[in-house]
Amino acid sequence: MSPKPVGGPYITGTTILAALMVAIMGTLVLARFCFGLGTVTNLNDGYSWGLWLAYDVVAGTAIGCGGYAIALVVYVLNKGHYHPLVRPAILASMFGYAIGGTSVLIDISRWWNFWHILWPTYFNLNSVMIEVALCISIYTTVLILEFAPAVVEKVAGWTRQRGGNLHALTTTVEKVLDKTIFVLVALGMTLPTMHQSSLGTMLIPFGYFINPLWQTPILPALYLLTALSIGYAIVMFEATLVSDRFARPSEARILGLLSRYMAAVGALFLLVRCIDILYRGKVHYIFTSHGLGFAFLGENLLILIAIILLLSEHRRLAPRYQFIAAMCIMSGCVLYRIDSYLVAYHRAGWHYFPSAPEILITFGMIAVEVLGYILIVRHFPVLYSAKHVNAQALATE
Amino acid sequence: MGLTRRHFLRGTAVAGAACAVATVTVTEVREEKTLPPKAVGLLFDSTLCVGCKACVTACREANNTYPELNTEDKLWDVPLDLSARTLTVIKAYSEGSAENKDQENDGFAFIKKSCLHCVDPSCVSVCPVSAMTKDPVTGVVSYDPNNCIGCRYCVEACPFGVPRFEYDKTIARLRKCEMCKQRQVDGKIPACAEVCPNGATLFGSETRLRAEAERRLMLTVGERAFFPRKTVDSTDTHEKPSSRYNTKTYGLTEVGGTQVLYLAGVSFEKLGLPTLPEKSFVSTSEKIQHTLYKGMIAPAVLFSGLLFAVRRHANHNEKEKE
Repeated sequence: MSPKPVGGPYITGTTILAALMVAIMGTLVLARFCFGLGTVTNLNDGYSWGLWLAYDVVAGTAIGCGGYAIALVVYVLNKGHYHPLVRPAILASMFGYAIGGTSVLIDISRWWNFWHILWPTYFNLNSVMIEVALCISIYTTVLILEFAPAVVEKVAGWTRQRGGNLHALTTTVEKVLDKTIFVLVALGMTLPTMHQSSLGTMLIPFGYFINPLWQTPILPALYLLTALSIGYAIVMFEATLVSDRFARPSEARILGLLSRYMAAVGALFLLVRCIDILYRGKVHYIFTSHGLGFAFLGENLLILIAIILLLSEHRRLAPRYQFIAAMCIMSGCVLYRIDSYLVAYHRAGWHYFPSAPEILITFGMIAVEVLGYILIVRHFPVLYSAKHVNAQALATE
Repeated sequence: MGLTRRHFLRGTAVAGAACAVATVTVTEVREEKTLPPKAVGLLFDSTLCVGCKACVTACREANNTYPELNTEDKLWDVPLDLSARTLTVIKAYSEGSAENKDQENDGFAFIKKSCLHCVDPSCVSVCPVSAMTKDPVTGVVSYDPNNCIGCRYCVEACPFGVPRFEYDKTIARLRKCEMCKQRQVDGKIPACAEVCPNGATLFGSETRLRAEAERRLMLTVGERAFFPRKTVDSTDTHEKPSSRYNTKTYGLTEVGGTQVLYLAGVSFEKLGLPTLPEKSFVSTSEKIQHTLYKGMIAPAVLFSGLLFAVRRHANHNEKEKE
């Protein structure tokens, strides 16, 4: 069994709405490039990093960690039956990272110098950001190459009918990709381990600006764990949504198995976080940080709820609870990331709340992802039939 | 279920190992940065400042910045804080009746804000493209717009909130005090120290400035003493009774020390100078980063391990299919 294009209409209510949001974003982005950051954002010298950095980049690339999280299960824990989930996850990851990268380009004020982060003579190797920037740039390329087989398969479908040299070429490309893809897959697990943890390290220079409930030397570990939790959650979230929206049979059986990994990583995150807070003796900040105490409790509670929901096998196999649990884990971990970069970051005398254009640009970015995903799964072989997916799960149970 | 548990444990072990790696690093030691050999700096003595703002105007001339007309009639240059248009600013503290200079209760005091030229600067550490640099000889922290990508990590990270960005411009850049390095090349001293009528802002070698601060702290309140103007070793001095000082000089230890020092009669916290630890925040982030990425060994090991796993398991999966 191999994946097949889903087919169906390209123009639907959802795609039109998404396209509209993309168009609005385009206009606002143009204004930002013509008149400077201040015209579209509420960024200031106290909060120089805003919604785009915190959501589009820091949370967005974690949402793009589905490919990473699934690959670890398939290739490190050797669970071949999860393989059908890899390709859709890679597609979503590719979008997550491309959006993250694009958002950085829009956010940085001197964008014409962007290439400096790829040019060794400019590197400052003490900067955590250079590692993150390089790593994300390379990983985005890796993701595109990892997804390439889906495109090549499609192209091979056309050329097969025509035959001749063109088909010989596509089959050669297919073979080369098939032989070398293991290097990409291994890179595709190494790079996120590096930059997702470094995204946490990037906060350490902020020191006392960040509330002690979030500011800790083990930020890299917590960031790695949230990247994985969000990774599993987004795969479950997307699979459930795709089954529902494309009226395909549910993949509940395999997702039920996968949910255990999500719960396990979530539990580990909570454990590490609690030990860290206790070890550093910062528990009292939960009660003295006003709203932030609630934010801290809320993040952890969402993750805890998901874990409790998934304790029962009955609920683990029910699409409704799978979806709720995935949403809880995702919101808990995404909130953790946004809080640490934005909400728990306090500069006396300064205020920041994203402007309407800032929010619209972020929505536009999400719309790009949704639109791209729909069009691609309709056109390219990404999704396996649900029957096949669940049969694989049953066979290994 | 045995199978499941085993795999759960294996997964936990992998994640646990990653956490352990991250945590171990914190105990590793990165050498604390020390003052450059010919470090120069400024000493600002709040008890000598009369709030005339001559330094603010001189700074504008020396660095081509423009007045900030913040009153309704647009007639007065009143910068409210540092900004991309104001690289140094005089702020005032006042409490109660504000009758007594340099007293916390019913008193007032002035404070001059500008870059502190840290010994271990956050901005230099975090800048990905070396746009922020610290002169290895003088220790002056400079900005090079030609390198800068405008990520504003320095703005977010500076513990003193010094670097400021031009959000209102299409071709935007960062602005901060560079201790008039362009004037220093010509043998001149920073404009703010040059024009200060009372010697509240003094320029000089860092070691001499630290000694001068120490001398002032040793004076008894009311004791008549000489205070130099412009530079710490200047013969241009004035005599006055010494004021009451805080017990310490600000900048000797804060985040690893700064090359701009402060003396004041009102607590530094009240003057907007934050209480900071002795160790710089970036020494921790650099420690973590350089341990994890030492010689790229850890990433290489991880990559090889994954390469091996993928190779083996991909073959295994293929066979299973057949």
